[in-house]
Amino acid sequence: MSKTQSCVHIKKEWDIVGARQMGREKAKELGFGTVNQARIATAISELARNIYLYAGTGKISYEVVNDMNKLGLKIIASDDGPGIADISKSMEDGFSTSGGLGAGLPGVKRLMDDFDIESEEGKGTTITAIKWVRK
Amino acid sequence: MRIPILKLHNYLLVSIQIDLDDQTAIEFQEDLLSKIHKSGATGVVIDLTSVDIIDSFIAKVLGDVVSMSDLMGAKVVLTGIQPAVAMTLIDLGIHMQNVPTALDLEQGLIKLRQELEE
Repeated sequence: MSKTQSCVHIKKEWDIVGARQMGREKAKELGFGTVNQARIATAISELARNIYLYAGTGKISYEVVNDMNKLGLKIIASDDGPGIADISKSMEDGFSTSGGLGAGLPGVKRLMDDFDIESEEGKGTTITAIKWVRK
Repeated sequence: MRIPILKLHNYLLVSIQIDLDDQTAIEFQEDLLSKIHKSGATGVVIDLTSVDIIDSFIAKVLGDVVSMSDLMGAKVVLTGIQPAVAMTLIDLGIHMQNVPTALDLEQGLIKLRQELEE
């Protein structure tokens, strides 16, 4: 398993755009088609906005995963923010504490192939999502 | 960065050609409403041909601007949504059901004319 990692720090609103543009570039390099590039960029946009809105600062990391014969792009969104009090509730469609559309996390899960969330109140949140390149 | 809003007879035409950040999207919302107010435009076409990502925030801003313009008496049609963007929006769970859309700018203008003249 080989990996190369890079990241974008989320500190200001404009970093949301920076993070998704970087994601799209990585996706393109890996050979994802236009639709999956859009899915990955959109998922990153949602994750980066969550960091900006709820935690203030954090980062989006990109990792190329080469698992057996599968090639994929892993996105890790991490922050040291307030954490998510009720993870199962945050995964319900239409649930939002910020007055957004509530499309956030369940939407990200649908856009990506693998999705994992770890969060502890007062400590922060780490969300890991992978999209695999289809051969 | 400001998005240019062009006036054509009773219509306003907008072509979004940049990667929209939140601030620009909100400014655009305000600019469009004040332009409708000043110009007395009855119809607006917002062309999204060059937009290759619409996330939940941008979708909300666009959906809201349609409702807000409607309150003021102007009809808005969104045109040129790319296939990848349409697929991504549905994955996200955003259906934008009350938003009038058309394939391209030309169809958008036809749709506006039909809606406004009947």
